[in-house]
Amino acid sequence: MTMHLRYSVALGAALAAPAFAADLTLKIELPRLTVAEYHRPYVALWLEKSADQGFAGNLAVWYDLKKRDNGGAKWLKDMRQWWRKSGREVQMPLDGVSGATRAPGEHALSLGSAQALAALPPGDYQIVVESARENGGREVVRLPLQWPVRAAQTVRAQGEHELGALALEVKP
Amino acid sequence: MTHARFAAVLAPAILAVLATLGAPAAHAHRTWLLPSATVLTGKDALVSVDAAVSEDLFEFDTNALQLDGLSVTAPDGSVLPAENRSTARRRSSFDLKLTQPGTYRIANVSETVAASYKVGGETRRWRGNPDAYAAFLKELPAGAQELRATRMQNRVETFVTYDKPEGRAFVPAGVGLELMPQTPPTDLSVGDTSSFVLLLDGKPVADTDVTILRGGNRYRYKMGEIALKTDAQGRFSVKWPEAGRYWIGASHGRRPGDMVGEDPASAAAQQPVRRAGYSATVEVLPQ
Repeated sequence: MTMHLRYSVALGAALAAPAFAADLTLKIELPRLTVAEYHRPYVALWLEKSADQGFAGNLAVWYDLKKRDNGGAKWLKDMRQWWRKSGREVQMPLDGVSGATRAPGEHALSLGSAQALAALPPGDYQIVVESARENGGREVVRLPLQWPVRAAQTVRAQGEHELGALALEVKP
Repeated sequence: MTHARFAAVLAPAILAVLATLGAPAAHAHRTWLLPSATVLTGKDALVSVDAAVSEDLFEFDTNALQLDGLSVTAPDGSVLPAENRSTARRRSSFDLKLTQPGTYRIANVSETVAASYKVGGETRRWRGNPDAYAAFLKELPAGAQELRATRMQNRVETFVTYDKPEGRAFVPAGVGLELMPQTPPTDLSVGDTSSFVLLLDGKPVADTDVTILRGGNRYRYKMGEIALKTDAQGRFSVKWPEAGRYWIGASHGRRPGDMVGEDPASAAAQQPVRRAGYSATVEVLPQ
């Protein structure tokens, strides 16, 4: 299964003829919150052009996949910026993008083979991370990304309440 | 019986209009529909709407709005029935099940005539359905003088969107004041600019005052009203300064106080002066 999955991702990338390749790892910390009723946050990650904040592709969407009849889709709109930029235009689940919600702690996402990067024109971008939690708050954090990646570097950002430390490690 | 009930239930709306005309802004009565959400998605999408006439904006502190003229237009232009309708003393409520993607136009439209006249120095009042006005004139006692009559056309609206803001719910009815959004009236964020065209009897109306007020004025000292005027094409735009629910209001026509008292037998008395009112509720969320 894993082999098969890896194969199809590699094939997909080859067919899309990526103009540029890079290693991108995004580390996201979901803070452990001491609240009476905790639900794992919905999180969306997407690309925007720095110049006009125009939408440039989805990287990941974590939402409640376990509810019957895609019932968890009801709260996707609570990721408001993502909903306006992309969410209301796409059908969930989104192949290669959507996944289950994640527990508090640090998560490392390897984004190098993301479809959104495969045909991304050169330019200044931002990776936008938006988190929304049932009975909780909402937070948006942005990390700059120059595309294509020319030098190895790490960009850090810090959320204030719904997101913890974020780090984007890039290598050409 | 029916007639009496109609007259009675319209009283709050008329009082609201009169209060708006004469009283300082802090004590104005405003008429509104308040939806539980303006952006919905997922299965079993349901929106609940409260309707009232109130002093503090979006607080149900005065009278219920009677929903005899409720009309909900779905994105495909069809009429959507309201469910679970109820009216208590201070507010009315109903539910809407949203099944089609797009923007829904929720409206309550009323039309009524309010009249005052003098008999031997004593002022008497009448209000009722416009169809009953002619009969009212015939039944006036001999010696009635200084008749002042206003035909009031009011439209109260709000808008909700299921999935994407699209569709064709906004077709002018062509009567009284109406608002045609030029940008989606839902899914608004702080810093967005919304544009509208104000219509009177289906045509853009220029140089008309529009007032915009954010809800929650009970909890602040300054009203912070935004005062605008429609341009030559009937357009106005607003850049939303803060998150919250906003009331957009406009009116057109002569105020009852401006009227000259007419002889009930005169031709002028047969045609009450017209006053049109409009209000809408929109929601602005944090970016």
